[in-house]
Amino acid sequence: MSAVLEAPRAAAQGSVPIIELRGVSKRFSNPLDFAGRLVKRLGVKVREDVVHAVDGVDLSVRKGEVVGLVGESGCGKSTLGRMVAGIMPPSDGQVVWRGQDLTKLSGADAKRAKLRTQMIFQDPYASLNPRLKVAEIVGEAPQYHGLVPRGGLEAYVDDQLRRAGLDPSLKRRYPHQFSGGQRQRIGIARALAVQPDFLVCDEAVAALDVSIQAQILNLFMKLRRELDLTYLFISHDLGVVEHLSDRVVIMYLGRVVEEAPSEEVFARPNHPYTRALLAEVPRIEARKRVFAGVQGEIPSPLNPPSGCHFHPRCPFAFDRCRAERPALKQVAPGHRSACHLNDAA
Amino acid sequence: MSTTTAGAPPAAVPPAARVETPFRRFVSEFAASRLALFGLVLFCIIVLVAVLAPWIAPQNPYDLAQLDIMDGRLEPGSVGGSGITYWLGTDDQGRDMLSGIMYGLRISLTVGAGSAILACLVGASLGMLAAYAGGRTDSLIMRLVDLQLSFPAILAALMILAFLGKGILNVVIALVVVEWAYYARTVRGSALVERRREYIEAAQCLALPTHRIIFRHLLPNCLPPLIVVGTMQVARAIALEATLSFLGLGVPITEPSLGLLIANGYEYMLSGKYWISFYPGIALLVTIVSINLVGDQLRDVLNPRLKK
Ligand SMILES: Nc1ncnc2c1ncn2[C@@H]1O[C@H](COP(=O)(O)OP(=O)(O)OP(=O)(O)O)[C@@H](O)[C@H]1O
Ligand code: SF4
Ligand SMILES: [Mg+2]
Repeated sequence: MSAVLEAPRAAAQGSVPIIELRGVSKRFSNPLDFAGRLVKRLGVKVREDVVHAVDGVDLSVRKGEVVGLVGESGCGKSTLGRMVAGIMPPSDGQVVWRGQDLTKLSGADAKRAKLRTQMIFQDPYASLNPRLKVAEIVGEAPQYHGLVPRGGLEAYVDDQLRRAGLDPSLKRRYPHQFSGGQRQRIGIARALAVQPDFLVCDEAVAALDVSIQAQILNLFMKLRRELDLTYLFISHDLGVVEHLSDRVVIMYLGRVVEEAPSEEVFARPNHPYTRALLAEVPRIEARKRVFAGVQGEIPSPLNPPSGCHFHPRCPFAFDRCRAERPALKQVAPGHRSACHLNDAA
Repeated sequence: MSTTTAGAPPAAVPPAARVETPFRRFVSEFAASRLALFGLVLFCIIVLVAVLAPWIAPQNPYDLAQLDIMDGRLEPGSVGGSGITYWLGTDDQGRDMLSGIMYGLRISLTVGAGSAILACLVGASLGMLAAYAGGRTDSLIMRLVDLQLSFPAILAALMILAFLGKGILNVVIALVVVEWAYYARTVRGSALVERRREYIEAAQCLALPTHRIIFRHLLPNCLPPLIVVGTMQVARAIALEATLSFLGLGVPITEPSLGLLIANGYEYMLSGKYWISFYPGIALLVTIVSINLVGDQLRDVLNPRLKK
């Protein structure tokens, strides 16, 4: 699989960002129910539950790049992916698409921007409308947006299905008649049918069998070469990401803690959290270094720890970590990390 | 979507690939229960009788010229002055009970189905709006629903009719007012679940307009519970209408529904002239039971929680 990846990597360097997040945050609040509002009126202190799903993230993805986004469950990966795909507005900050603020675009421009970025979802069962035939699932958007000439839809849908590795003669069937891997291919065909150049894959293979995973990953890489696609590849599995990504971004509780070219992250991980994660990656060649693994529970995002979010689980934590949020700083060319240990050195 | 379904060469589909549509699956699962099939057949017969009443009823019970007051309160099987046989007897105005029941069914079913459809349109739209808009809109609509559901339906309907006056249309309005809340609550519940599913996000990604997402993607997936509630509510509406008519606030006396027929015969029950109330009562009972048999099976088949 790795031989496939060599060629486009050089091209990725130095080109313009296709998407850029500037200080993007997303907060979810549970509005108080009636009883809650009532006791608040009466002067009782009631806190509205606010989840900082994404907290001040800067990130840019250049054209042709495959960026892997990694983190434990609940750290805000999907939320970040949705904001990148333009289906969820950020609470703070800007999502800049090819130099334009996504939230400020309107009408035809907003639609074009949205179409150029598509998402591939985790659950191959929930991501397809069970009441539509495959041909309708794939053909609806291109027809609605006028991407195909009149009368050309049949052939167009067939092309999309074939490209995603499906037999077009099955297009009159309903999603429940397909296997998980086939359904994921339908989802890919649906996304590609609106001619995107950027795919956000949110745990796109996590729900599949290992053998099927490899097929779908290979399909992603084939499509990348054929269509010159850019990927944001979200996963909680560093092993999958290592195979595909040019660059890896590690998230912890809504924040980016480390960001570096793929080989760099695996060869010289800087952040204690990354190092703990790496210890969890199953490897064929035994590594000499042995890490402690990620100890302890993931803290509640409702009530994140002060300072560095990782301090309750970090073996190197010291006083400053509890008080001050570490900034994302360059530790090597193209390699950034958010840890106070880097200042001490 | 006409272009997607038209013009495909039939040869492209292998003959072995018999498409198992969700509808076919539904039909075979529904037919698995003999009792439900029996209910469905019964209900179809009732509907047929009601629809064909003007052609198959021995008499037009609403045409006062056809009624012979001398034939009043005849026993079932009696032969009237004009030579007509009253198989189910007559009421105090000499009206043939069999014809009265056939025409009464017409009114009961029309009122029941009409109010259910209107209530469904109103309730489903409000429920969908509540689920999709959320926030204040949601709170406002759901408070109204709570208010409506906590108030006894019959009392609310009586108050509305006391205000609006008698009449078929007014009965329908009263029934819509007391029933929309069930539809709204049902649709909101399933829409809240469905809208979190990823195919809705995918539709948003594909930049499809909101109304298309709601009506083409969200609503069809919220239909099953709505159909179940709708079926049950038709039965409820028929019963409510009968109650209102029985209490003298429903349909006008000149065009009696089943409820009014029962009410008309009520005073003669104790004097042994049971048939004036009894047979319309049986017709009402059979109608409601047949609808409920169908509704129960629909609920079992369409409720995903009961499946595997
Ligand atoms: N629509 C929402 N409303 C309220 N809270 C939400 C919403 N979406 C996400 N959250 C919360 O935001 C946090 C981040 O969620 P997110 O789905 O982005 O995590 P994730 O990294 O994708 O996790 P996973 O690996 O489990 O998919 C979680 O605590 C989640 O409960
Ligand atoms: S800042 Fe402190 S707590 Fe956070 S990772 Fe670095 S050493 Fe650990
Ligand atoms: Mg997720």
